[in-house]
Amino acid sequence: MPTQILMPALSPTMEEGNLVKWLKKEGDTVSAGEVIAEIETDKATMEVEAVDEGIIGRILVDEGTEGVPVNSPIALLLAEGESSEDLEKAPEPRPAASAQPPADVHAEQRTEEPAAPAAVPKVPVQPLPADPDIPGGTEMVEMTVREALRDAMAEEMRRDPDVFIMGEEVAEYQGAYKVTQGLLQEFGDKRVIDTPITEHGFAGVGIGAAFAGLKPIVEFMTFNFAMQAMDQIVNSAAKTLYMAGGQMGAPIVFRGPNGAAARVAAQHSQDFAAWYGHIPGLKVVMPYTAADAKGLLKAAIRDPNPVIFLENEILYGQSFEVPKLDDFVLPIGKARIHRQGRDATIVSFGIGMTYAVKAAEELAGMGIDVEIVDLRTIRPMDLDTVIESVKKTNRLVTVEEGFPQSSVGDHIASQVMQRIFDYLDAPVITITGKDVPMPYAANLEKLALPSVAEVVEAVKAVTYRA
Amino acid sequence: MATAAKKTSVKSSAGKSARTRGASARSSLAATGTPAVRTPKPAELTKDEELHAFREMLLIRRFEEKSGQLYGMGHIGGFCHLYIGQEAVVVGMQMSMKEGDQVITGYRDHGHMLATGMDPRGVMAELTGRRSGYSKGKGGSMHMFSKEKNFYGGHGIVGAQVPLGTGLALANRYRGNDFVSLTYFGDGAANQGQVYESFNMASLWQLPIVYIIENNRYAMGTAITRSSAETNLSLRGISFRIPGIQVDGMDVRAVKAAGDLALDWCRSGKGPIILEMKTYRYRGHSMSDPAKYRSRDEVQKMRAEHDPIEQVRQRLLQKKWATEDELKAIDKDVREIVADAADFAQSDPEPDVSELYTDVLL
Repeated sequence: MPTQILMPALSPTMEEGNLVKWLKKEGDTVSAGEVIAEIETDKATMEVEAVDEGIIGRILVDEGTEGVPVNSPIALLLAEGESSEDLEKAPEPRPAASAQPPADVHAEQRTEEPAAPAAVPKVPVQPLPADPDIPGGTEMVEMTVREALRDAMAEEMRRDPDVFIMGEEVAEYQGAYKVTQGLLQEFGDKRVIDTPITEHGFAGVGIGAAFAGLKPIVEFMTFNFAMQAMDQIVNSAAKTLYMAGGQMGAPIVFRGPNGAAARVAAQHSQDFAAWYGHIPGLKVVMPYTAADAKGLLKAAIRDPNPVIFLENEILYGQSFEVPKLDDFVLPIGKARIHRQGRDATIVSFGIGMTYAVKAAEELAGMGIDVEIVDLRTIRPMDLDTVIESVKKTNRLVTVEEGFPQSSVGDHIASQVMQRIFDYLDAPVITITGKDVPMPYAANLEKLALPSVAEVVEAVKAVTYRA
Repeated sequence: MATAAKKTSVKSSAGKSARTRGASARSSLAATGTPAVRTPKPAELTKDEELHAFREMLLIRRFEEKSGQLYGMGHIGGFCHLYIGQEAVVVGMQMSMKEGDQVITGYRDHGHMLATGMDPRGVMAELTGRRSGYSKGKGGSMHMFSKEKNFYGGHGIVGAQVPLGTGLALANRYRGNDFVSLTYFGDGAANQGQVYESFNMASLWQLPIVYIIENNRYAMGTAITRSSAETNLSLRGISFRIPGIQVDGMDVRAVKAAGDLALDWCRSGKGPIILEMKTYRYRGHSMSDPAKYRSRDEVQKMRAEHDPIEQVRQRLLQKKWATEDELKAIDKDVREIVADAADFAQSDPEPDVSELYTDVLL
């Protein structure tokens, strides 16, 4: 049976093209891969190659023909032993694949009943574990966030020999912000690796090691520099599990200080919570307290997914109570009610919590009883906890240091509006950093960041006490 | 070494070809501290090895011809980059590897997958976006993986696989095994910054990695002479003390010899090495290639005079290691495998809609 040579598509969107030129004529012998014709669209020209060896039995579309539909036969190829008498027996071309209906449905069925587009399946709901109960009588120890992070890494490195840390100045310098202090001494230079200043490269090296089954912690001296590594984080770490159909992923933690420190100006003062929060395939954690920093970093290291762990330089030195337990691990994806209240809900995370906590104290003095939800994880986001709180208070203010457009608060406001519109007694107010690169001057820097006064005013506004 | 440099300096006065520029740069290698490595003689392949190479390369060739055909018919969507012409590179390297060595490459990856022994049905079904594809239809031509075959992708961003492959090598060193990471990239990727970030770390930490640069002369439509200040890509490691050699990537024997040398180099703890494979792709960069940047004569000349499969075929016939009929039988067998894969890939159902939300997170 002769083989049909079909008008090929040059691109997924091409529907027809021009047959510019035949390079072979009827009766010519061709071998597989030999160029037989040229076709073109407005975008490109392409050579049509013979897919098989044989003799050009008949040319069905003359050269110079325009608007030849893709997949229509343009010539018939005779195989060895076939003659022109076989030309009438050419098969029908097989229909091309399309999303719907499936390719194996017969053509006539298609015309009778065009299949409706498949319904988008519901997003699966993952049940979240609660924070582990801290047994009564557990000793609480004062600890800085910095110490909590170091202890979390040290404990996990003792527990699992596949865990190692790499980054700039993590070893001999003892950490640019001293978060990795002492790790080189305990674990040696095989597991505490100083890298050159080469963020894109070492992020990719870490991800490659994670593909191979190791569990790297990659420290960015600050997340500002991780923009250099953004392609590896997003395209290689976040998407591989999906692109591999679940075969292979990257169990890796990217951690380091994020957001504004003090007086380091525009290039060193950016909050990336919303950026990473945008990406499916990543988990994004941004703790406030030392206990959360410890419990969540341990969870992040054990997590089989890529986790972005956003710390804050200003919080490093702050002390909080941390339960003295052998293995204190918190669930990623679970918010924490930091303060219970009746009158309004403030949702914040990371250093944003410092404004929320101070504002709540001031507001209490004015008789306004605020509930504070510490999100702790940006992705997957615990919107249920936020929604439960807003159902009770009917008012919502979000607080973060990041830029206003497409902020984390914007997403929360949008979800609350879509899910519990009728519970809202006031428009949601999102407090963010100002829509400017971070200025250097002390007075301007202060203005560019959120303030306790702004949070107080926002809560007064949503409770109509302004 | 000194004599060779003298000879080439005479030549270079006649014309400044990439080759002579490279050779004179090489003469100063000793001064840079980069170990000097010479391109080995092509390997003497046994009859079985020649037959194996013939069959493996032919499988890739026929598979890619079929892919091009299915693309033209609309069964394969999106981007599709064919490996036709470059078959000797991946087949020769595969003949030097041992089980446990890892392979990672860019988006012109179908040949690498077949060479590592991945099932043609699974690869083709991924190309058509069906549920039995290696990535359940969610990756496509450029994003396929096989943990079982130590194939780590299939990466769509030019050069991104180079740090990733370096990370695979880091894992080998970390675990203290003697496996080697074979990291493939093209002459286009060779100008990406992350390649050099990787070279630096690989050499600094003496990682077991072979960087295989498949120089097919064109980065999409930009000829190497228009994109690269130094067109001898085997020299790109000098600043990092990584030795490199140029290899005739159209001759599977030359590739095999270079692969043996490179893998021994890595396994004996000497760190990374670069193999620049001088090769050529017959087809366009992708399916929608305007084919305006090179002449048809150039392509025909490569096909006629340097075809990697034809070279093996001629040797097999000359040495009377196979008859025309026997080689035809191999071709027929390969065509049947490919036809079966294509049929399978067109009849296999598309992924279930429930797969939309799976494999985002574990």
